[in-house]
Amino acid sequence: MKHVKVLGPGCKRCDALVTMVKEAANEYGIEVSVEKITDYAEIAKAGVASTPGLVIDGKLVHAGGLPKPDSISAWLAA
Amino acid sequence: MSTQTETFAQPPHARQTALWLAGLAAFLAAWWGIYTHLIAFSEWLVSLLPVKRESHLGDALAFFFYDTPKVLMLLALVVFGMGVIRTYFSPERTRALLSGKREGVGNVMAAGLGVLTPFCSCSAVPLFIGFVSAGVPLGVTFSFLIAAPMVNEVALGLLFGLVGWKVAVTYLAFGLSLAVVAGWVIGRLKLEDWLEDWVKEISIEGTAGLPEERLTFIDRLKLGIDAVHEIVAKVWLWILLGIGMGAAIHGFVPEDLMVRIMGADAWWSVPAAVLLGVPMYTNAAGVIPIVEALLGKGAALGTTLAFMMSVIALSLPEMIILRKVLTLKLIGVFIAVVASGILAVGFLFNLIF
Repeated sequence: MKHVKVLGPGCKRCDALVTMVKEAANEYGIEVSVEKITDYAEIAKAGVASTPGLVIDGKLVHAGGLPKPDSISAWLAA
Repeated sequence: MSTQTETFAQPPHARQTALWLAGLAAFLAAWWGIYTHLIAFSEWLVSLLPVKRESHLGDALAFFFYDTPKVLMLLALVVFGMGVIRTYFSPERTRALLSGKREGVGNVMAAGLGVLTPFCSCSAVPLFIGFVSAGVPLGVTFSFLIAAPMVNEVALGLLFGLVGWKVAVTYLAFGLSLAVVAGWVIGRLKLEDWLEDWVKEISIEGTAGLPEERLTFIDRLKLGIDAVHEIVAKVWLWILLGIGMGAAIHGFVPEDLMVRIMGADAWWSVPAAVLLGVPMYTNAAGVIPIVEALLGKGAALGTTLAFMMSVIALSLPEMIILRKVLTLKLIGVFIAVVASGILAVGFLFNLIF
């Protein structure tokens, strides 16, 4: 079970990233829990200066814009 | 990955890059070929229509058919170039570059990086907190936050297309100077205490944990193309509207209609334009129809640019978002400093052009 956090104040791309993560997880049969973090203080503490940010199992893997779908599945599989 | 597989993978990859470069060169050549024939194209298009070329309508149509592809082509080129350059920058890396920088040098760097770093106003707040809490001085952060939305590829591309490269370059220079000076002044005022308390308490250490995504040159070109798609899809309607209005004015309205109100002789027109711009909130693309219409009616360039800068850099909704991290006093100072800067830019532009 992977704990995924999507950090962002609720912009379009943040929602898009949530969808991308769920799709990648479905495709590779990886169990995930996706949590959306919208609190600015929480976002800043994670070290993210550009949203959306992506944290997987407590580790920041991406910030700013949408990552490539391949990258997401690689992070989930790691 | 072992070194062996890497050396193995390189030759086809190099070939692919060469292919992309060749494609890019061919595209640029075609771009230039079309761009230099736009007048002939628009005249030809009008000659197909049952309209007299010498009539008002013929004049307006020729202007529209020439200006629309011209502006879209220039915009696409500028956005593509900036899109590729921006893949080399990220807010996180910019923050690391600016962290602990002295004022002065820091302000100049921040303004320059503000133009190059990909930035979306929706992440202005996390970016602000992220910068300040990582040890970027407040004034330096403001230099970045002023330059990023104001001097962007859309504004530059559209000015380039609509009014010419000299104005675009001057706008770039003045926009950067404004960001540097305003940020420096805010830094001198030592207003760190005027941040909201919870912002002061956050401190980030060791944010270098983010691994860089490895991008090939082809990836960067693809991202540049993505940027063109995204931005042209967002702004084409505004551009058509603006050019349509401009064309109507070009064909029908007498040139000196607005000269008296917004011409260079009316000194109060610059402050009026700045005041008018504050409650309006739109991006560079949204102001363009207005800018085009104003210029078409004979408004002075400085006045028009002051209006444009005010709409983009000073907007109520953005102030309300920033209110989460800044105290009202600090927002007041920010508005006062930036507004004075825009006034100066407006007056200077009216003097120069």
